[in-house]
Amino acid sequence: MTEITQEQLRHACERGDYALLLASIPYARLIGVECSRQGEELLFRLPANKDNIGNPLLPAIHGGVIAGFMELSAAVYLLIATHATGVPKIIDFSLDYLRAGQFRDTYARCQVWRQGRRVANVAITAWQDAEAQPIATARAHFKIQESSKTHCP
Amino acid sequence: MAEDSVFERATRFLSALRHCQILGLKLHSASREGLTVILPYSPQIVGNPLTGIIHGGALTSLMDTACGMSTLCVLPQFEVCPTLDLRIDYMHAAEPNKDVYGFAQCYRVTQDVIFSRGFAYQDDPEQPIAHVVGTFMRLGQHVRGIKRGGPLAAVDTP
Repeated sequence: MTEITQEQLRHACERGDYALLLASIPYARLIGVECSRQGEELLFRLPANKDNIGNPLLPAIHGGVIAGFMELSAAVYLLIATHATGVPKIIDFSLDYLRAGQFRDTYARCQVWRQGRRVANVAITAWQDAEAQPIATARAHFKIQESSKTHCP
Repeated sequence: MAEDSVFERATRFLSALRHCQILGLKLHSASREGLTVILPYSPQIVGNPLTGIIHGGALTSLMDTACGMSTLCVLPQFEVCPTLDLRIDYMHAAEPNKDVYGFAQCYRVTQDVIFSRGFAYQDDPEQPIAHVVGTFMRLGQHVRGIKRGGPLAAVDTP
């Protein structure tokens, strides 16, 4: 397990080092979340993994894993996008399942619709074949730490 | 339907879900009024490495599973019921090194849709970590799922 200190976490956020962030989160390693930068955007990827299967018949990815992937993507996105110094705390999370998550790679993209002083609203879209045909959409509210270092992206 | 048959059906259902086995989910109790699933604390589901607090995703997997399985409590026969939507409100963070209990029940069953709700707690059900509501689609009894001895047939797309 990659041990991370408060100081390293702060540096990771300030430098936008999502790889270090993801490597330091045990749950991210359990389900296997990856991230890459595409221009100004962050693209999250959940590689096909049989340990993430819920419905054994289809087979399909467990709905909870899809939710966890999207929630984690939103939190990491927020950390990177806002250069926040503390880990955002989830307030609520709402997701709509649109299609079964097949046993293949899944992608997610996030958008911060509103960032106030204390709360941020993040939308997350997850897809497999085509971004225009999402398997799930979600919306999360996070409590962000009030800090002079926090500024809008 | 006898209560022990609900428990038995729910146990069988849970044992067929691979990711639930990875998380170590166990059925705690089940009756026609709802059921409770246990998520054991484990270092692999930690979300914040500085505090050891478990990630919301593991909690969501617990509650999605519990809400989905609570359909077994109200349906006379097994039906595949995929999740339409799920909402989780986090009351406070889970304490590290403690198991989480997820209770769920169905409060409305229609021909096409089942409404379910539940909450997650550690020591005290009166102090939930999270409240959950979920809606599930009924695919009907002709769509077969998990039978004793393994899968029967492929699931149709609704």
